[in-house]
Amino acid sequence: MLTPAAVPDLALSVDDAARVLTPEGERIPDPTLDPWLGSLDPGLLRALYRDMVLTRRVDAEGFALQRQGQLGLWPPCRGQEAVQIGTTHALAAADMIFPSYRETGVVLARGARPDEFVMAWRGEAHTAYDIQRLRMAPMQVIIGAHALHATGYAMGIQRDGADEIAVAYFGDGATSQGDVSEALVFSASYQAPVVFVCSNNQWAISEPVDVQSRVPLAARAPGFGIPSMRVDGNDVLACYAAMRWARERARRGEGPTFLEAVTYRMGPHTTADDPTRYRDAAEVERWQRRDPITRFETYLRAQGLLDDDAVAEVAAAADTLAAAVRAACVGAQTRPGVEVLDDVYAEPHTGLAEERREYAEYLAGFAETEERA
Amino acid sequence: MSTMTLARAVNASLRSAMMDDPRVLLLGEDIGKLGGVFRVTDGLLDQFGAARVIDTPLAESGIMGTAVGLAYRGYRPVVEIQFDGFVYPAFDQIVCQVAKLYYRTRGAVRMPLTIRIPWGGGIGAAEHHSESPEAYFVHTAGLRVIAASDPREAYVLLRQAIASDDPVVFFEPKRLYHSKGEVDTDLDLADEPPMGLARVVRDGTDVTLVTYGAQVAIALDAAVAAEDEGVSIEVIDLRSISPVDYRTVTASVRKTGRAIVTHEAAREAGVGAEIVASIAERCFEYLEAAPQRVTGHDIPYPPAKLEGHHLPDLDRILAAVDRVMDRPHTLAGAAQ
Repeated sequence: MLTPAAVPDLALSVDDAARVLTPEGERIPDPTLDPWLGSLDPGLLRALYRDMVLTRRVDAEGFALQRQGQLGLWPPCRGQEAVQIGTTHALAAADMIFPSYRETGVVLARGARPDEFVMAWRGEAHTAYDIQRLRMAPMQVIIGAHALHATGYAMGIQRDGADEIAVAYFGDGATSQGDVSEALVFSASYQAPVVFVCSNNQWAISEPVDVQSRVPLAARAPGFGIPSMRVDGNDVLACYAAMRWARERARRGEGPTFLEAVTYRMGPHTTADDPTRYRDAAEVERWQRRDPITRFETYLRAQGLLDDDAVAEVAAAADTLAAAVRAACVGAQTRPGVEVLDDVYAEPHTGLAEERREYAEYLAGFAETEERA
Repeated sequence: MSTMTLARAVNASLRSAMMDDPRVLLLGEDIGKLGGVFRVTDGLLDQFGAARVIDTPLAESGIMGTAVGLAYRGYRPVVEIQFDGFVYPAFDQIVCQVAKLYYRTRGAVRMPLTIRIPWGGGIGAAEHHSESPEAYFVHTAGLRVIAASDPREAYVLLRQAIASDDPVVFFEPKRLYHSKGEVDTDLDLADEPPMGLARVVRDGTDVTLVTYGAQVAIALDAAVAAEDEGVSIEVIDLRSISPVDYRTVTASVRKTGRAIVTHEAAREAGVGAEIVASIAERCFEYLEAAPQRVTGHDIPYPPAKLEGHHLPDLDRILAAVDRVMDRPHTLAGAAQ
């Protein structure tokens, strides 16, 4: 047999997930999530909506900038705004986040400046944003490696007795990596205050989730001794509530939690990918009807918390942010070439110091030639 | 000053580093109650507790990756890899994360990890227990690679490695774990030469013999044997194989005009290749003969009963001395 056998429906069902908003935007009760919602502050609800809209707009701008040759690559997050914004808003500012490369909404919710969305994808720096200010590790490209970093960081939090947690974001494909399994082993062994957020967007480039797992991803964690929840990743309130639950567990010393957010990557894996080769339009169309922003907007309008004017105001703010991202991108100044040799070591390194000196002299030779010309 | 084995010297070094800095903690398999498979961490769990001497699950990438997270948090993890051949599952974390995070963040994240690896052959061990993987790490920018050659060196270099804000791969020649030497655990580290410097362990005028780790002792034996035949060998213990202290190496080669590099690891693209190439670049006009390499063969590590044919011994070094002296192979060391 050359392909995996049929997978039980349960592993693929997108409806077997906790939610408090239906795809039509109707509030429904959920016994596990409702205690973590209580009476929601209208300010928070509006912020969730605003950040999702801003994320989608920045994401569209990043896509366009790549197509226009301004970015080398862009990994779209369209469709995943609810899990990114909902979970991040449930965190405290001190909580440390270890993201993967698709977490544009998490970066946004942490307060990134316009240039901090694009500098890595433009190739100006490996890390786009100020990791200290955002309390976020660099976006991780090696799949799943950072699940261990979050676990180790959480072990440090334990040793410090600090009221903080660590969070790792990764996709469904990452759950096939040994590092994610090892992170589940270590975090369970030490009861580390870490939350794993698996954005199950159904596809790891062209490999569907049923190639990754015979069971729902959330079903794996209990085997490691870690409680988990399968949550509707297109329901921003469900994502918010689930993270609050997980965060409280971690803070109370009850150890790690695994959240599987069932969502969908509406666009390609990256701008280098062609998803029409491996998935059909009907599937994308089905998910279009589950759009996280439309769903939440319907709910907010029904609650009287959003009207046409407010929607227009948020859309205008999104355009302004996108324009600022574009300006920062197009106006980026590349560092002097010799700096490619900087920041390899924290302490003086004789070999590299010599290499840098040689290359600086070599470059200076060009400058002298230009002066003479 | 007291006499102790290299294993005890490493133990004393860890103990003093942990006493000096509460951010230093140890992670590894069996390092707690057992005290490590070589008993190097013996007694540290009792003294410092389980929060600082962490017995880990059996997963090398997990050990390394969680150490990365602890370093993010400001800790200074010292990771024990149980045997050289077991470091490969952690290779991705070491080369992609540990080595690069400082560069990836332009200095915002420091990775002051020390990765201790019991290293090399000569103890008749089972498969995967006698590897010399140093070239993989030397080839990775962002890492420092250090090799201890005696108990005092192990004590001092390990203290310096733990104190360094850069990640250090620290090789402990397991063949020497039970060899004894004088160690002053009260010494002032500020008076010691930095770990990046090589040391001339024996002066000579005819040939420069560059090596590191357990091979230093064999090089010294070869120098004694060669002296009987009228050849004066200068032996350099690199101590640091990344970066290499080329100031010391080139000064010696310019004096002697002849260079040999010896190590246990295989020859192809090994540390010896790098050093010989650098000597050729820096000392070409001083050379009386082509520099030579005396290394392990380009083979997987052989079964224990055959490892004597793989590890470069005194006679293979002396044969190389004959080559650089341009004379027939007449020198002989230990009787075969």
